[in-house]
Amino acid sequence: MTDRSVDDLLTTPLRVINVGLKGLAESLKVLEVPVVQVDWRPPAGGDPKLADLLSKLGT
Amino acid sequence: MELIEQANREALGRMVSGDPVLVDVRPASEVIPALGERVILHAGPPIEWARMCGPLRGAIAGAIVFEGWAEDLAAAEAMAAGGEIAFHPNHHFDAVGPMTGLTTRSMPVLVVENRAFGNRAYCTINEGLGKVMRFGGNDGEVLGRLAWIRDRLGPALGAALRHSGGIELKSLVARGLTMGDEMHQRNVACSSLLLRELAPALARSVTESAALAEILAFIGGNDQFFLNVVMALGKAVMDPVRGIEGASVVTAMSRNGTDFGVRVSGTGDRWFTAPVEMPDGLYFPGYSEVDANPDMGDSTIVETIGLGGFAMAAAPAVAGFVGAGAASDAAVYTRTMMEITVGQNSEWTIPALDYAGVPTGIDVRLVVETGLAPTINTGIAHKKPGVGQVGAGVVRAPLGCFEQAVRALAETLGVS
Repeated sequence: MTDRSVDDLLTTPLRVINVGLKGLAESLKVLEVPVVQVDWRPPAGGDPKLADLLSKLGT
Repeated sequence: MELIEQANREALGRMVSGDPVLVDVRPASEVIPALGERVILHAGPPIEWARMCGPLRGAIAGAIVFEGWAEDLAAAEAMAAGGEIAFHPNHHFDAVGPMTGLTTRSMPVLVVENRAFGNRAYCTINEGLGKVMRFGGNDGEVLGRLAWIRDRLGPALGAALRHSGGIELKSLVARGLTMGDEMHQRNVACSSLLLRELAPALARSVTESAALAEILAFIGGNDQFFLNVVMALGKAVMDPVRGIEGASVVTAMSRNGTDFGVRVSGTGDRWFTAPVEMPDGLYFPGYSEVDANPDMGDSTIVETIGLGGFAMAAAPAVAGFVGAGAASDAAVYTRTMMEITVGQNSEWTIPALDYAGVPTGIDVRLVVETGLAPTINTGIAHKKPGVGQVGAGVVRAPLGCFEQAVRALAETLGVS
């Protein structure tokens, strides 16, 4: 990130894409910050062995 | 993995090319020879008496009295608890049943033939709403209605269907989807369409006008009459999908009120089970979640073929009825289910989604990867035997079943 983009981030209104926990997006909505919620969770519920198996099975 | 992708294409092809036709109604023992004396088929995966929930026990006691194997409910319970009754899942005998799902020898069953593959599947006739055996009801009113279904309705429907040459169900479901049915908690359109097809044939086969009027009023007064038909359709469509090497597509989801069970094509007829969940829904006046029994029934065969909760977008009225949110939320349910299915059924389309096909072929790999459990629209039974239905709601299939299935499929394919 360049210095210019950091400046932009700090001086322009926030527009947020929130990935995962919905609570963070809800807090921003209360503050009237535009936010898009992405319903995401770790593959296989975060179980690395199961995720590895799924990867071998081709998902 | 190419083997799995190829197998799933085959599974989806068999599902979409199924040609289910309602051809007959017969006493269960005529079409399921295993249904002899003191044999009861029930919903869900296998379960013994000691682990059965209240409504299932209540229905079993009622069915034992209905078949004349015991004189009263107390004697019937003692007989069941004493090991004198053989219990088996409907699914092991080409059959399905809603809620408690009981099938015994003299009960008439709807016969659906999948003409593309030549197999047949069976389901009992819907008893109507209120106090009924599928919700654990077992008093004189319940048994009296079952006797009328056995002696009057079943034979009349059988004669009418044989006379008419059968009713093609695929196109009927397609029309129902465009008329606001999702076929699990809303069947008003399909029940009406079915009655329209059946009525002339019934008029020819039932010569006494009062008896005919009684039959027409019974079918016409039950918005859920078609549920049992679409369940037999689902079983007839899914059975030819069983046993495709490598396929990760679900061939059955089912609950007995204690366990939720899943079967997957590539792992044969093995059940993967986990404790069943409580529905989240709306209750009839005077009842609440403290009265509710855990999820129950073979009716999840409807979701297995892409209808019910998977087709919620076709039935926004249902979203309100089952407490799933606003009408506009209905589309979200269907779109979400598209993330865990291998394809869509282009013959069953949803107008509100620009005629997208219903999500079809649940892939256990996708369920586990995304953590998105299949959405099921369901009735809610009172936890005490004999009370009946107390509400309707949405329930999620437990992820544990799908995780077990993924591990078993991997083992079958030698993947570790």
